[in-house]
Amino acid sequence: MAKLILSMDGLVLKEIPLNKERITIGRKPHNDIQIDNLAISGEHAAIVTILNDSFLEDLNSTNGTLVNGQTIKKHFLRNNDVVELGKYKLKYMSDVAAGGAAPADFEKTMVLRPGAIRPQEPVRPVNDTHASMAASPSPSAAPPVAQKPAAAAASVPVGAIQLLNGANAGKELELTKTLTTLGKPGVQVAVIAKRPHGYFITHVEGAHFPVVNGETLDAQAHQLNDHDVIEIAGIKMEFFLKV
Amino acid sequence: MNLAEALEIVTRTDPGMVRSHNEDAVYGDAALGLAILADGMGGYNAGEVASGMATTLLANNFSGIVPTCVPQALDVNGQSIAHLHMADQIGAANSAIYNAAQSQPQYAGMGTTLVFAWFYDNRLSLAHVGDSRLYRLRQGAFQQLTKDHSLLQEQLDSGMITAEEARFSQNKNLVTRALGVDPLVEADINDYDVLPGDIYLLCSDGLNDMVEDDEIGLTLQTLAANLGLAAEQLVQMANDNGGRDNVSVILVKVRGDYAAPRSWWQKLLAWLK
Repeated sequence: MAKLILSMDGLVLKEIPLNKERITIGRKPHNDIQIDNLAISGEHAAIVTILNDSFLEDLNSTNGTLVNGQTIKKHFLRNNDVVELGKYKLKYMSDVAAGGAAPADFEKTMVLRPGAIRPQEPVRPVNDTHASMAASPSPSAAPPVAQKPAAAAASVPVGAIQLLNGANAGKELELTKTLTTLGKPGVQVAVIAKRPHGYFITHVEGAHFPVVNGETLDAQAHQLNDHDVIEIAGIKMEFFLKV
Repeated sequence: MNLAEALEIVTRTDPGMVRSHNEDAVYGDAALGLAILADGMGGYNAGEVASGMATTLLANNFSGIVPTCVPQALDVNGQSIAHLHMADQIGAANSAIYNAAQSQPQYAGMGTTLVFAWFYDNRLSLAHVGDSRLYRLRQGAFQQLTKDHSLLQEQLDSGMITAEEARFSQNKNLVTRALGVDPLVEADINDYDVLPGDIYLLCSDGLNDMVEDDEIGLTLQTLAANLGLAAEQLVQMANDNGGRDNVSVILVKVRGDYAAPRSWWQKLLAWLK
């Protein structure tokens, strides 16, 4: 379950689990999270939680609500977002980052059916000073895993090819895209795929297969090494890694 | 051109890098003009049972229906014959999975998504339930034709969340419709015109959750000449990015025109062939 960590001047005051659909924050006592401070409006903001996602909304407060330094009206909360209301800070920690369940479990597709989400017990108000602070995890907890990883890994040095013969001899081409095709469509085409652990060349079309260091490849992908010489459709080129 | 010549279909399915077993099921037959993909869910191995039932039942029943019906015709009420058959058979598959889930304790709670494409007469009838998708690459434009039946899609539609924010949502895996979870299911069924050169991609969320749409489109465009390699590349990209779910893709390339014979002598000619 996602939670908020309320703090002021770097001092953790309380940990609030987001265990009901709508949690209100404000100065007045009827709020789920009461912050008794004049900079906070009577009804200042609300957080709506739908299963694993939480949305923060400013309820037209006098002094506004900031997320990571920006004034917001409505905001989709992400792990480690810092919500500021006056001098108070609320840090949002999503369940995933806290390592509640194994990734394989919560990413399994499930059917959502009406009535599946049951109302949960209310949260205690914030002025309960006996709140436990020991459980607050460090901000350097695991990063959220739900987002898509970057398409290409940064660990591999950028590869490039240089043409060795033909009209464009000497010309260099950096392999920055995931896929780079080489050759003449309809005659002979090969593709170089950029993968997290290196560059791989594969035959795409044509009767002839690419030749690497004098050896003809088969239909399988072949990993390229620094200074390999590739021959496609009569053109020779050298593959190399840029430092 | 008959369907077997006009269409090239390749299927690939892979358990991914995390899961021990594959709950996806795929089926493709160019001569029948059918491509079916299902992503099962449910405890133990019930997900595989549900997706396997969906693809097998539909494939078997349609291999009987396709040669004997005129899908582009309309019935007496003006409804498309293709749509009627699809709705009927999806309903039957739903009942079969639902009944199995109700009667066998080990299958309780199982269900499956479905994306089902039927190619005939220069067009495509497309049915889908859940969050498995169909995309089309046409003249360089890569577009998603299905709309997920998922919580996230509903939030996008209601303006609660933007497409940019949706990429970070933790609620990606919640579907609002599936085969086998209720006695009745409603599939979205739509028709699309098909042009030579089009490439269609049917995929499970294991692909589109792990690989950006732009990258998928670029891969199809780059490797259009070698469909098998394109399918393998897509699976590999999902796995390189983490492969947290089963990955399945079906690619359908339209090589030419496949209009149904119109006049009596064309039909005779087609029959003689």
